[in-house]
Amino acid sequence: MRSKLESLLPYSLLAPTLLFVTLLIVIPIFQAFLLAFQSADGSFTLAHFQKMAADTSFGDALKFTFLLLIFIVPLQVVLALMMALLIHTRFKGHTFFLYIYAIPLAISDLAAGIAWLAIFTERGYLNSILNQLGILEKPFLFLSYQNLPAMFGTIVIAESWRATAIVMTILLAGLQLIPRDYFEAADVFGANTLKRTLFVVLPLLRPSLQNALIIRTIFAFQTFSVVFALAGRVIPVMAGESYNWYVTNRNPGVAAAYAVLILIFTVAATWFYFKFLKTSAAEAGYD
Amino acid sequence: MRIMQSSYSPRYILGRIALYGAAILLALWTLAPLYLVALAAFSTRQATFQWPKPLLPTDFSTDTMQFFMNTRGVLDSVGNSVIVALVTIAGSLLLGAPGGYALARFRFRGKEAISLGLLISKMFPTAILAIPLAVVFLQIDLYDTIWGVALVHIAMALPFVIIVTAGIFVGVPRDLEEAAQTLGCNRVQAFVRVVMPLALPGLVAAAIFTFVISWNEVFAATILTLRNRTLPAQVLTALNDSPLYYRYAGGFFMIVPALIFIFLIRKYLLNLWGNISR
Repeated sequence: MRSKLESLLPYSLLAPTLLFVTLLIVIPIFQAFLLAFQSADGSFTLAHFQKMAADTSFGDALKFTFLLLIFIVPLQVVLALMMALLIHTRFKGHTFFLYIYAIPLAISDLAAGIAWLAIFTERGYLNSILNQLGILEKPFLFLSYQNLPAMFGTIVIAESWRATAIVMTILLAGLQLIPRDYFEAADVFGANTLKRTLFVVLPLLRPSLQNALIIRTIFAFQTFSVVFALAGRVIPVMAGESYNWYVTNRNPGVAAAYAVLILIFTVAATWFYFKFLKTSAAEAGYD
Repeated sequence: MRIMQSSYSPRYILGRIALYGAAILLALWTLAPLYLVALAAFSTRQATFQWPKPLLPTDFSTDTMQFFMNTRGVLDSVGNSVIVALVTIAGSLLLGAPGGYALARFRFRGKEAISLGLLISKMFPTAILAIPLAVVFLQIDLYDTIWGVALVHIAMALPFVIIVTAGIFVGVPRDLEEAAQTLGCNRVQAFVRVVMPLALPGLVAAAIFTFVISWNEVFAATILTLRNRTLPAQVLTALNDSPLYYRYAGGFFMIVPALIFIFLIRKYLLNLWGNISR
């Protein structure tokens, strides 16, 4: 029944998108690899990577990017899980609280960094509160290279604060896919809230948890402006170094080398999660 | 049904207190930084250096915000940000919505591959797109233009828009569309008269989501511009050599649309941010 023209319709509807994606995503990625692996005369080179690795900030950028990931992602998941489980009980007023918890969704990491800057800066609100409580006489320098762990902690807090909302929506969407029967069955068998959460909800939520972990890990490799806002260049991170090599040092080759490295970590992390947190279709069968 | 508990049993009351206590604590954690940066943005410039600071708006003033808005380049960058975001919405919806419709309504060869490709293209780091594009844009005179930034933002938003719009169109019953066609509409008329009105609220929510992506994007906007900055690019490049009150005002200014938009699309939150991430 369907005419030839009809069968071409989906392709023509998708064609503009595919063309655009090719021009602005696929080709640039090839060019990024060219920039990173090509010398001025067009021959293959590892010089950009050698220059990147020889830079004094390289080791720190790797270290801090991974440290931020290790501290931030679990914190986000725990906070987000608490929020999602609370909202999912549908207590009176839960929509109001959902709106509040969701606000940071639409806040950029730059703006989040600045908001927490107002709190952590020398004469900021945290020091003011601690002073008024009689805990501190003089301001504590949270954002000084002399207190690197404190400075690092402020970034962890600011970024967790912002991105918890994203994880929460993913988990809440996942919770809503779990049929109510499962909760009721757990109740019938006399499980208390803690047991029900641990043994019924969390296993069923695994696909959503996995997605949340992948997404947050991927974006953790791109952490950038929240670090700039709170720590300047005292704490280097990979995306920030890419930015600096391009903007400050005017070296697209090394900037592209960092971008390629970020991409490699992104792919590796995704592979890792799929390999070790694998959920079969049957396990996610309610999905 | 949950096993019935008497409404007034001590256990029930304690449970409620714990529930609301936790909910309120988490709400305070979310709201405190927003309140404090607003407080800082609406104090006088001198108050930035006051010690210790009051926690209540005792000296409310628009001095800091006025200073920020009157700083060279800020107003222009706000205008640029709005234009880039609007172009991104128009571009990504015009390109992406037909694609989403195709994925929702048709079965065709290569559909799986396209869906997978879209899923993957959401993952690419901004740096790997922005840096080569900056090099190319220099050659074709798109560097330092808001159009160049908008192109990148469309590319970043497009996979999301297709996935979201596909979800919206799946939700519009096919029967209605077919009924319209049997009643004499052609395919296009059926789409415009029947599908569009039903899909409209979801499409508006998708547009707002796209606005947020563009309004907040820092890395590409900074790499691709020099003078024609968007607001985040303007604030980021000024971070190191601007006074604290400038940064507070800039941070607050960037946050305001977030509050409004999340409120507007609160019904669609889970569908947008929750489901597209799956």
